[in-house]
Amino acid sequence: MKTRLIIGLLLFGSVGVSGCTEFKPWVKPYERNNLADPIMSLDRHGAAGSYIHHVYQAREGARGAEGGAGGGCGCN
Amino acid sequence: MQKVVQEVVVVVTNLLAINATNSTPFFKAFFVLLITVNSILMSAVAGTLPVDSVDILYHRFDGGGMEIDGPFILVRKSIGTQVSVNGHYYIDSVSAASIDVVANASEYTEERTEVSAGVDFLHEKTMISTGYTNSEENDFVANSVFLSIGQDFFGDLTKLTMGYARGWDEVGKIESDFSEDVDRQIYKLGVSQVLTKNALMGLDIETISDEGYLNNPYRSYRYFDPADSTKFLTSVEVYPETRTSTAVAVRGLYYLPYRASIKGEYRYFSDSWGIDAHTYEVLYVHPFGRQWTLEGRVRHYSQSSADFYSDIFTHEGANDFLARDKELSTLTGMTYGGGVTYEIGQGVIPHVNKLKLTLLVDYLKYEYDDFRDVTAGGGLLPAGTEPLYEFDAWVTRASITFEY
Repeated sequence: MKTRLIIGLLLFGSVGVSGCTEFKPWVKPYERNNLADPIMSLDRHGAAGSYIHHVYQAREGARGAEGGAGGGCGCN
Repeated sequence: MQKVVQEVVVVVTNLLAINATNSTPFFKAFFVLLITVNSILMSAVAGTLPVDSVDILYHRFDGGGMEIDGPFILVRKSIGTQVSVNGHYYIDSVSAASIDVVANASEYTEERTEVSAGVDFLHEKTMISTGYTNSEENDFVANSVFLSIGQDFFGDLTKLTMGYARGWDEVGKIESDFSEDVDRQIYKLGVSQVLTKNALMGLDIETISDEGYLNNPYRSYRYFDPADSTKFLTSVEVYPETRTSTAVAVRGLYYLPYRASIKGEYRYFSDSWGIDAHTYEVLYVHPFGRQWTLEGRVRHYSQSSADFYSDIFTHEGANDFLARDKELSTLTGMTYGGGVTYEIGQGVIPHVNKLKLTLLVDYLKYEYDDFRDVTAGGGLLPAGTEPLYEFDAWVTRASITFEY
């Protein structure tokens, strides 16, 4: 329940902030060349990346928060 | 004019199985779950549709008496500018003679097949994804659905993704009418943040709740033989019928002064069974020219045991819950991995924008602090004095990816 509450607050907060303010990014779009490089992806290997997580989950007690999203230049 | 990017990611879950005697149901379930969740999240990290692609992977695990291999095929195709469909087909061919199998049953072979179908919808800057996954083997069936939401904000420097998944498992037992159910719910939250023009970080939180038959119907715990304390007897394990876990991971990625990157990662895990785990990983990626990329990584994992785990109990029915699964014991795991990627760009192969060949090889070593090797010494050593168990394994992943 605690986690659900946190998730809800973060979503609500993010929508609220994005809709009410004029925000100037501190890293300009023309400064994002390095971030756009494929080597700056948090998960570069797609299906192969998913598979190694399976290997670990079958042999370890921990699970979840393996990531797989994010990275890149943020220049949509 | 503020730029607001909304995206919705969907996360599918399912719980599947590696092989019946080698994993408990919730471990099995995560094979399927992971594939779906990660593929979905990867597809939805930005307010654009996923690239049309075909990803063909051959995977192989060899170690600890287990040989598991097979193909994994993932296809993505856009329909117009707002819809992209995807599907995957995955097979695990298992040949099992692990310590769990040798100690409790006969060697066996089996096959698990998994399929999925998903759709991504893009409307302006909002993407919604949904999907379904099914996994089947001769004594286990898993189905799952997912949904998730994402949004970019702060000038696209911050990405937020949220996902919910639900899974239903059916746990069976070969050559019997045994059948039990497991329900599972998963909540995911992920944030990716650009820090500087050379650095970014990610934060992931995931809570998982299981309810139902969570132990492995093939496994047993052991206890001292009341007639001879140098020997042991076995009985069927008893697990709680619920489990709730939370994992929090922090990742940082930095672009070095020359063209290379280094990634650091830490994950903390805790669950209602008393397991606490810490994972550390460092990855270094170094391109050579436009086509070749080399990488190397080191990963360290450690966990405490579940409250109801023991290598050997004092007597039969010593506690309300009793388990001897080595995955619930106190253990340490190390991984040393390396890989090479070769890319061919547009114009070389007709109708293919990019072709990527990847080979990844990992060496894994697991050492157990309170799980003993009952097969050592021909099974003649006094109960509870056997050497602690350990094993190593090689994991190979070879893939070819077409973007078109």
